[in-house]
Amino acid sequence: MAKVVKPSVLIKGTKDGLLFFLDDSLPFSIVLNELKHKLLHENASHIWNGPDMRVQIKLGKRQITRSEEQDLREVFSARKNLHIHTLESDGIPYLLDSPRKMEMLTGTVRSGQVLSHQGDLLLLGDVNPGGCVQSTGNIFILGALRGLAHAGSDGDESVIIAASIFRPTQLRIHNIISRPPDEWKESENHMRFAYIVKEQIAVDKMNHLSHIRPEMEWKEIGRKFG
Amino acid sequence: MGESIVVTSGKGGVGKSTTSANIGTALALIGKKVCLIDTDIGLRNLDVLMGLENRIVYDIVDVIEETCRVDQALIRDKRCEELYLLPAAQTKDKSAITSNQLRRLIADLRDQFDYILIDCPAGIESGFQHAIAGADKAVVVTTPEHTAVRDADRVIGLLEKERIATPKLVINRFRKQLVKDGGILDVEEVVSILSVDLLGVIPDDEHVIRSGNAGEPVVWNSASLAGKAYRNVARRIMGEMVPLLVQEKEQNMLVKMKKWLGFA
Repeated sequence: MAKVVKPSVLIKGTKDGLLFFLDDSLPFSIVLNELKHKLLHENASHIWNGPDMRVQIKLGKRQITRSEEQDLREVFSARKNLHIHTLESDGIPYLLDSPRKMEMLTGTVRSGQVLSHQGDLLLLGDVNPGGCVQSTGNIFILGALRGLAHAGSDGDESVIIAASIFRPTQLRIHNIISRPPDEWKESENHMRFAYIVKEQIAVDKMNHLSHIRPEMEWKEIGRKFG
Repeated sequence: MGESIVVTSGKGGVGKSTTSANIGTALALIGKKVCLIDTDIGLRNLDVLMGLENRIVYDIVDVIEETCRVDQALIRDKRCEELYLLPAAQTKDKSAITSNQLRRLIADLRDQFDYILIDCPAGIESGFQHAIAGADKAVVVTTPEHTAVRDADRVIGLLEKERIATPKLVINRFRKQLVKDGGILDVEEVVSILSVDLLGVIPDDEHVIRSGNAGEPVVWNSASLAGKAYRNVARRIMGEMVPLLVQEKEQNMLVKMKKWLGFA
């Protein structure tokens, strides 16, 4: 007996444009395939060709990752007259916060150069005076930070900036700007990091980080004493 | 096939022209055929440092506009048979030439010369862009001051963007005494900030100023420490391994002290 298959993609026309309902009970890949079929099938092309159209996509209870969103947008990009206007899940943000991924880059950021990055950044190299590193997440530098570092550039206040050699000309976390003391003691051999405390940027030794961010501290698994 | 090397710095007054003139002369003294090109159109200096100002008939703009042939514009040095200067125009400005024209000119000169040294104007505007266009390699000149190092860093970034083989560094006007006071940067500090290979350290030497005004590069002066340092730079450009010049006076002092104390 053939099962009656409920279409995984439902399209409705409203006066504001097209509403796409994507079934949240099926795997996203199947939904995407069906969508591709509906949008790209050659027999269907005459339906889609027409004036510019606003598209609202409803994901139901599903949340998607950035790469899934990209795939979705790619499918729609085949139809030039369809413009994705909104993308939403029921009552929750549509984007699934993927676990923070750190990217590793290498090279010197010289005067006048700007390294802009999304997410956490591990830079193996120096940032020279006049150079700038900007990231939406944490910034870790295995090398000398002598220029400007701006972490959490889109509003994250919990991020830190750390560098093996910590001599920044200026530090920025979120929208807070700090100019470190002009004189750095040469004897300071500890690796240091900057973070926000009471709306100000503070700089501390790396081994104090576990007190400041206890949730980040690694914990030994095994026998407990006492 | 000759090699073209641009001498640049970003900041003005750190000794680009002096370095060009001296490296060029030193290479010619070793027996290489060298052509110096002054690309600082409108503010030419290299001819004065070489003492050739009064021999200029045609200049680089005349060559590019085809008012004359290249060999008519090239001025032979007073003393070196194999050293030539292509002077900049003084009455025009930087817009008189384009990167492509200069690139073609350098390509023509490659057959005749072992080394083509291009003296770059200060700044990073069009004059700089033209000067680096035809270069295979780059020598970045800086002094051990923060301002000069900042600008050198910027220039190195731009050179790397233009895919010019890793620039080499010349630290000019170095004064050991000031480093000890903490007044200027030390060689190691400069090299670690710029993270490029060091080609040489030129000590601050009043002979440089004297000889520049006399129109005779300081490498001719065998008594000058700076002259010796420039000769070493030239040898390093040719691929020789030459140890860094120790600031001799100081070493002597140290040796004397040690002797006096009975260590050596």
